Amino acid sequence: MSDTPKEVAENFGNRFGDRVSVGVTQSGILTLEIGHEYWLEVCRALRDEEEFSFEQLTDLCGVDYLSHGLSEWDTEGASSEGFSRGVEGLGPGRFDWADRPESSQIERRFGVVAHLLSFRHNRRIRIRCFAPDDDLPIVASLVEIWNSANWYEREAFDLFGVIFEGHPDLRRIMTDYGFTGHPFRKDFPLIGNVAIRYDLEKKRVIYEPVEIESRVLVPRVIRTDSRYKTDDLDLAADQKAAQIAAEEPAGNPKAD
Amino acid sequence: MAEIRNYTMNFGPQHPAAHGVLRLVLEMDGETVVRADPHIGLLHRATEKLAESKPFNQTIGYLDRLDYMSMMCNEHAYVRAIEELLGIEPPPRAQYIRTMYDEITRFSNHLLWIASCGLDLGAMSMFIYAFREREMIMDMYEAVSGARMHAAYYRPGGVYRDLPDQMPQYNESPWTKGKKLKRKNEWREGSLLDFIEAFAKDVPHKIDEYETLLTDNRIWKQRTVNIGVVSPERAVQMGFSGVMLRGSGVEWDLRKKQPYAMYDQVDFDVPVGVNGDCYDRYLVRVEEMRQSARIILQCVDWLRQNPGHVMLKNFKVIPPTREEMKDDMEALIHHFKLFTEGYCVPAGETYAAIEAPKGEFGCYLVSDGANKPFRVHFRAPGFAHLSGIDELAQGHMLADTVAIISTLDLVFGEVDR
Repeated sequence: MSDTPKEVAENFGNRFGDRVSVGVTQSGILTLEIGHEYWLEVCRALRDEEEFSFEQLTDLCGVDYLSHGLSEWDTEGASSEGFSRGVEGLGPGRFDWADRPESSQIERRFGVVAHLLSFRHNRRIRIRCFAPDDDLPIVASLVEIWNSANWYEREAFDLFGVIFEGHPDLRRIMTDYGFTGHPFRKDFPLIGNVAIRYDLEKKRVIYEPVEIESRVLVPRVIRTDSRYKTDDLDLAADQKAAQIAAEEPAGNPKAD
Repeated sequence: MAEIRNYTMNFGPQHPAAHGVLRLVLEMDGETVVRADPHIGLLHRATEKLAESKPFNQTIGYLDRLDYMSMMCNEHAYVRAIEELLGIEPPPRAQYIRTMYDEITRFSNHLLWIASCGLDLGAMSMFIYAFREREMIMDMYEAVSGARMHAAYYRPGGVYRDLPDQMPQYNESPWTKGKKLKRKNEWREGSLLDFIEAFAKDVPHKIDEYETLLTDNRIWKQRTVNIGVVSPERAVQMGFSGVMLRGSGVEWDLRKKQPYAMYDQVDFDVPVGVNGDCYDRYLVRVEEMRQSARIILQCVDWLRQNPGHVMLKNFKVIPPTREEMKDDMEALIHHFKLFTEGYCVPAGETYAAIEAPKGEFGCYLVSDGANKPFRVHFRAPGFAHLSGIDELAQGHMLADTVAIISTLDLVFGEVDR
């Protein structure tokens, strides 16, 4: 890990141009957002080219960005008016199938996120690709490039319904034989759609619509004020900011 | 001329060598495996979906139930991911306790592995030997967290409480009395650290006992040498990690390469195999047990000399103690908010990986600024290892498949999640 994250980020920018967008997250792992039409091409370069040589795909998973950044409980103005009591179970993962939010409000809904590892450079990277179509999410399969993607892509297909084009064996992997729906989508209720039991009279296992109601024990709250900050945290953040500022070339703040 | 066809065989899910609920559909040519198709998901509990509906801290208990042979290591990955997003770092004493308990967990995992692998391949006495030591490890878990297995001991910002000063002892009973009682309580006179030290000093002799049973055993070698060979290139390509990678000769250990907790402060060696067969993986695991004992002793030394906090004093994330709540209004409010709502984690995403006993256990965490995770994904080592079984088992006999499944070190809690 001889290069600083900034230099590495520049490397990626220079090599791939506008096919990728580069961002750094808190933990120092670089995130590359790759356009779906370049997904295979960029990944192949990431594996084969000397300066990247990401030999292993450690992890791949689907993400459903429906309801990202939505909370169930409005806390603004609560100090003057008091909180509302209780929450109806309409938050992410809990709305009824008929009342699910329109996914057209969100720009791109399904993403595929993979983590790569380079043994040679001892470096990790996160790559993400959004499926262009929300109703029929299709992303190219990485099995040809990294064999370990095989089951991870089956899992993402099973749980999110993302279709991987070119996958040799795209079957369900986690859910039951004959399952319908993709359970990790945000509009799939946490309690499920069907319940299964053994019927004494019919003498076989039957499926029925679920009877239980979804509940919210702790409402989902997003707080943008700095309430989780304390002196310790602020101190650490300030030190880090000062450190980053010291690394930047003086008098040239617009370098990147 | 009669037509000869391969036949399909169902292995598991109710099979003692299936290590839980693996259903393996084997296509056989006589007694040779042509194709192995694992059907998994029988233990799928949607842990990741459940995590999206609860505050961050309430998911820690679910992590124990993923890989239920190495409970605290799973917690470690999840807790580290939260800490990274919050930008907090636990005090050094908590980091040493985590290092020590990670190694105790590694020891316990390998111990159970050697027991069940021995049992699968016909070495019954190995199982009984290993459970003798496992009982003490369970006691270490219980002494520190109150639970023998599902500890929920690691928390964001440290560990739940400090190590106890008194190790619980056996009471006299009709079955345990006199000399036997004295022998059982011999190590338990002092603190938990004394008990752990006595255990870690004694355990290399116990490992020698295991090795006399297995290492040069002719049957054991016939069952494992040259079975399930993985080349280093294929191991990397198939996403293997941990012992599956080191057994093939790839020197890669996250504790050395990307150190976390206090692994850069302790001294240990990383064993590496040569041939990548089941026997090498066995040797690597045995040596790792010895190294774990080494790390545990170093941690005990440090922890004896350096008392201090095991949790951050940051009431926005960590609940205050009972005493503090009794005479401080602020503390009471913090406690109420933390237990009704939890803490909000700043928006962002992170991937925290640790070297779990079975390989790289990673936690990919996406937060949108709420008090619950937006998405968590757990990278379980067993999932990647099992996906390679088709390639490993091809051309082997049916009985060798059992040896291969066994040395993959599978636990279906983490494979199915």
